[in-house]
Amino acid sequence: MAKQYEFKAKVLPYFLVLPQMVIVFIFFFWPAAQAIWQSFFLQDPFGGRMIFVGLENYTKLFTDPTVAYWQSFTVSVAFAVCITVISMALALFLAVQANKKIRFSNFYTTMMIWPYAVSTLVAGVIWLFMFNPNVGVLAWTLKHVFHVNWDYLLNFNQAFLLITLAASWKQISYNFVFFLSGLQSVPETLIEAAAIDGAGPSKRFQKIIFPLLSPTTFYLLVMDLVYGFFETFPIIHQMTAGGPGKSTAILVYKVWRDGVVNLDLGSSAAQSVILMLMVIALTIFQFRFLERRVTY
Amino acid sequence: MVEHSKFKKLLPHIFLWLGILIMIFPIYFIFVASSHTTDEILAAPMPMSIGPHLIENYSKALTQGSSNMGTPVMIMLKNSTIMALGISIGKIVVSLLAAFAIVFFDFPLRGFCFWSIFITLMLPVEVRIMPTYKVIADLHMLNSYAGLILPMIVSATAVFLFRQYFMSIPREIPEASQIDGATPMQFFRRILVPMTRTPIAAMFVIQFIAGWNQYLWPLLITTKPEFYTLLIGINRMLSGADVQIEWNIVMATTLLALLPPVIVILLMQEQFVTGMTETEK
Repeated sequence: MAKQYEFKAKVLPYFLVLPQMVIVFIFFFWPAAQAIWQSFFLQDPFGGRMIFVGLENYTKLFTDPTVAYWQSFTVSVAFAVCITVISMALALFLAVQANKKIRFSNFYTTMMIWPYAVSTLVAGVIWLFMFNPNVGVLAWTLKHVFHVNWDYLLNFNQAFLLITLAASWKQISYNFVFFLSGLQSVPETLIEAAAIDGAGPSKRFQKIIFPLLSPTTFYLLVMDLVYGFFETFPIIHQMTAGGPGKSTAILVYKVWRDGVVNLDLGSSAAQSVILMLMVIALTIFQFRFLERRVTY
Repeated sequence: MVEHSKFKKLLPHIFLWLGILIMIFPIYFIFVASSHTTDEILAAPMPMSIGPHLIENYSKALTQGSSNMGTPVMIMLKNSTIMALGISIGKIVVSLLAAFAIVFFDFPLRGFCFWSIFITLMLPVEVRIMPTYKVIADLHMLNSYAGLILPMIVSATAVFLFRQYFMSIPREIPEASQIDGATPMQFFRRILVPMTRTPIAAMFVIQFIAGWNQYLWPLLITTKPEFYTLLIGINRMLSGADVQIEWNIVMATTLLALLPPVIVILLMQEQFVTGMTETEK
């Protein structure tokens, strides 16, 4: 891209970026630095006393079984992967259907897109209401029609299934938007040429459409994992509160709980730093592979 | 053969309707629940058709809220609106100014500013919960609109989108405005911003929805009911330990929390889709 015209002004540009920079430094960089700093200390939550403990907050996470960090890590990965697989598979399938030359396809698209606007918390509340052991209609159906002993507050498998369904349900629309736009940009001539050469619909999808969609698929893969890891806090907080026991306490929920509820600031800070490293790794991974040009 | 192809033509419609049902059915549940009394819902399974208490439940929710909380939903509706508009408009204004500086001026700290904004992508609230809370507490911004809005109005995505759009503008336009004697700020206000309508609209939809649906942040910094947003209110209504949850009121509130962003997306679907897929690139 050619360089844009540049105005000559010495002070003005600083005034223009000032609001952004002030917020970035006060609310982003300073707290991030604080997290790193605090992660090396044991802190009394009520006074200001801080004792330097080196890497103890970190080693404790990985060696102390009462902290249950590995357990939290494993369940987070399983949760994020399940959400990604379910929501991508369903969204891709539906986007392929909506991309066919059929009547009402605009209507179908609208009907698939609106749930993007539903907040993660509301998704959690809706599914909680349907599957609440006391009042939920679907919980009642499971109990009285299928004779399932349904109580997700006591059974880990049921809890995991429920939070995964709620989180995936909300994410389908997001994936659908991107898959549909990806499918629409596949050149029609290419498909027609393959059809003339005798490739059937499934072969065309396998050999032409899906490979052309791979940048979209990859982008969504990263975004869905990020969603599963970091943005599903409201679902856990509302639906299971990390339970039964601590079995569904995903990493983000654990940071919040250890910091806000248990007031273990050092450990919470160390966990924040680990999460930061994870986000950084995911972001770099994504930009590397998509070869986005963000250089200056 | 004819039967076969007819069925084949119908198949995508069937699949799509199934998809739509998966999306709509849960919403139907909460709508039905918001039209009954709590007793009717508790006598599981609740009725599957709309009951006679619809208006009663919504007006009770809006003016009184649930008994265990006692904050009218009207107040939360107001707070959510202020927060969502504050965040979305704030993000757009701040990002437009920053992108304008970065694209149209050459200054020594340009690269530094650009990368600082880029790095915020890697620091979502979720990974700096406690220290950000402490900053807000030190600035005495707990339980305030400023506290709800200010830390949220940085958006690397918005800056990137505007920057990309600004760079695609023919350089003759700023040049001509300069020759005609317009100051850079006049160019910004009278030419650049009006030209950027479409990306601004796209960003507005996305950021309004994101702002409205903010949960973790208000959960951290609001402790007084008069600053609760709708989503926090719903959480509080559901967390009374000893009292009976008033499901009908909670479900009415849930529907009220769901409607505004859905209406925005339905009205601005085109801008939304462009905005989403443009920022990906």
